[in-house]
Amino acid sequence: MLKYLFAKEDDIPQGSAGLFFAVSAICWFIIGTGLGSFNAAKLAFPDWYHGIYALQFGHMRQVHVHAVIFGWIAMAFAASMMYITPTLGNTKLWSEKLGVWNCLLYNIGLCLALALLWSGLTSGREYSDHIWPVDLYIAFVMFIPWGVNVWMTILNRRTQGIYTTNWFFAACVFMTIIVFLVGNLPEFFHLTGLNEAYMTWWFAHNILGLLITPVAAAITYYIVPKITGNPLYSHRVGHLHFWSIVVFYSTPAAHHLMSSPLPEWLKSFASVEGVLILVPAVAYVCNILLTMQGKWSMFVSNIEIKFTITGVLLAIPLNMQGGFQQTRAINWYIHGTGWIVAHAHLALLGFSTFAEAAGVYYGIQVLLRRKLYSASLANFHFWMLLIGFSLYWTSMTIAGLIQGAAKIYEVPYVDVVIAEHPYMIVRWLGGTMVFFGNIIWLYNMVMTARAGSIVPVGRQPVEVAYTR
Amino acid sequence: MAFREYKIGSMMFGVCLSVSMFVTIFLPGLDISGVSSTQLALEKQLTYGWESGFNYYDPFLQGKDKPIKVTLTKDPRTGAKIDETDAYVFKPGTHFPNGLTHNWILGDKVEKASAGTGRIHEATEEKGGVFLVQVADDDTPYIEYATATRGWTVDAVLKAADQQFLAGSGKTMFIREGCWWCHTLLPEETQDWQTFGRPPMTGDFNGESPTTFGSDRKAPDLLHVGSRNSSREWLTMHFFNPRLVQPHSIMPRYDYLWGDKDKEGNPIDLKAWDKKFMAYAKGESIYPPEVPIPASGSEARMLIDFVLNLK
Repeated sequence: MLKYLFAKEDDIPQGSAGLFFAVSAICWFIIGTGLGSFNAAKLAFPDWYHGIYALQFGHMRQVHVHAVIFGWIAMAFAASMMYITPTLGNTKLWSEKLGVWNCLLYNIGLCLALALLWSGLTSGREYSDHIWPVDLYIAFVMFIPWGVNVWMTILNRRTQGIYTTNWFFAACVFMTIIVFLVGNLPEFFHLTGLNEAYMTWWFAHNILGLLITPVAAAITYYIVPKITGNPLYSHRVGHLHFWSIVVFYSTPAAHHLMSSPLPEWLKSFASVEGVLILVPAVAYVCNILLTMQGKWSMFVSNIEIKFTITGVLLAIPLNMQGGFQQTRAINWYIHGTGWIVAHAHLALLGFSTFAEAAGVYYGIQVLLRRKLYSASLANFHFWMLLIGFSLYWTSMTIAGLIQGAAKIYEVPYVDVVIAEHPYMIVRWLGGTMVFFGNIIWLYNMVMTARAGSIVPVGRQPVEVAYTR
Repeated sequence: MAFREYKIGSMMFGVCLSVSMFVTIFLPGLDISGVSSTQLALEKQLTYGWESGFNYYDPFLQGKDKPIKVTLTKDPRTGAKIDETDAYVFKPGTHFPNGLTHNWILGDKVEKASAGTGRIHEATEEKGGVFLVQVADDDTPYIEYATATRGWTVDAVLKAADQQFLAGSGKTMFIREGCWWCHTLLPEETQDWQTFGRPPMTGDFNGESPTTFGSDRKAPDLLHVGSRNSSREWLTMHFFNPRLVQPHSIMPRYDYLWGDKDKEGNPIDLKAWDKKFMAYAKGESIYPPEVPIPASGSEARMLIDFVLNLK
């Protein structure tokens, strides 16, 4: 890749930026889930690694979160956008060179940002943990060039309409930049007090709601029609999804602070808007599942569809939890417990990751014009992810319910810790399964590049046989 | 190809996002900014100083640039006996919290009392000074610049102090070491009253940054922990190795915050300590090894001071 940094634009093969991002994303996924597994082990057996002070839990927890969000998830998004946006516009990526530079500076910036977090340099604000110079780097060096590439590709498209996926891509990168610049205002201008607390969660809510879930959905809007050959069930419902995301998903930030002393009107408003998240959620899930009509056999036979539809099915419990757990009636019970941790992993490791994994699986095959090396390894990866995630989600949900019950019955906290211990072990096992599955995935992808069957021009990977 | 018919869509998108940000940022911002400081907010600001996360004055989060909280039982100027009083000492050059530099954030009445009776406008960061939190007859809390009103100088107050708390530096440790990933600082408004104490009020936060509520509670809430457990000895053992006092704790050890030497200047050998502890944990010895007393400038001392100060 590095040889293209100073090459002429015309000399850079199409898809270089996408590939660079895709491979980086898989590597960060391994790193991020490895860190997660390590942290989980610490929670189950706190004295296990004693003596290695560089790996303190309090320093590593946020490194895991940011490695998976900005390493794996965001880079898988970038990879998907770099190949899907031009395809849907029947054109080339606006600038492969910008994309390659973007990816290089993204990786460098992320390494630096995580190293700083690791050493304890933090703003002390959850999800916007990065110190403000890093926030500016993320906005101006990592996201704006990425956005420019996507927007210019859409502007230079050779089709008349803009497909739903591209609406999401263009808008979500834009909103992410806005969220980064506005959500970090407390750090840039030293805003303090409840304003700071609220803006922290405004940022956290919107980085999840305006980047991670909608872009993952946008990828499935592409993958499902493309691979099944069915047209999208309804473009209009896709529009309903898009507009209700912009209107409803950008407003409930305060529902993360339901038990804090924020103004009551704000909490009530956020709670109502939070339930309205079900509008885009239901529109989206129905639209995708109805697109599958007549092609449900591919849910079993095709690895990308298997990943995508699993993700979409996981979006159903995700949104049902998300819509209702933030209402006052339920929130008081599960707020701040492992339930929320389980819910966050349902969003990021369940719904979103499965959609992105499909985008990256498909993208690498299309960009290399090579069929996936091994179906068995891909299936192994799928089941490691799904079983690992399920173990994680179930154990953390149970742990959360224990914590919730303990709140009411005023159990001494250490008894909660004791009661949670078995679930902490299961959570660690689940996370470790995901980690090992990802190593297999990287191997499968390297072998695809080396030994995958060539996909002839004009053919889809789905039409070609596996090498193994 | 230009946007053409998508122009309307793009404009609508801009309108939607702007309205959304107006309702979720501007309006709450107006509302929250109009809240007056409580006494607690004034105390917190004067305890924690300018900013506890990453900032210019303490870029590596070492607990620098922080005020010292002291308790006084005699007047530092005259030596006369007074009721126990908390004072906040800003050595020259220590940066002031937001409430002193941008005092409109205190709320109208508090600002007026602090500026009038409290004479806080006379304080400068270059000279430093000593501050108190007072309550006026009409229950308005305000900040008093004691260096101007009572002639209490920094040196005299530090000399006369019965106790010094490095709680401001300790909050930096609390943030850097990630304590707030497990210990929340927010008793919830619904079920936490009896176990973890009074939930905070809207005005309790003016000028504090970051607020570090925490969201993922894996351990007891600490907002009022100093009222439940005020034993420095217990906390010292707990920070060194939580399993000394609570065998089922999953908290990491923070023995590395002790630094190289203990209070008497004896070197601390963590490996040797761990060996003895593991022998104790396996039942091979009856008593656990002694926990060294942290040096007075150590990070461990700062963190313990912060926790003890959470009343």
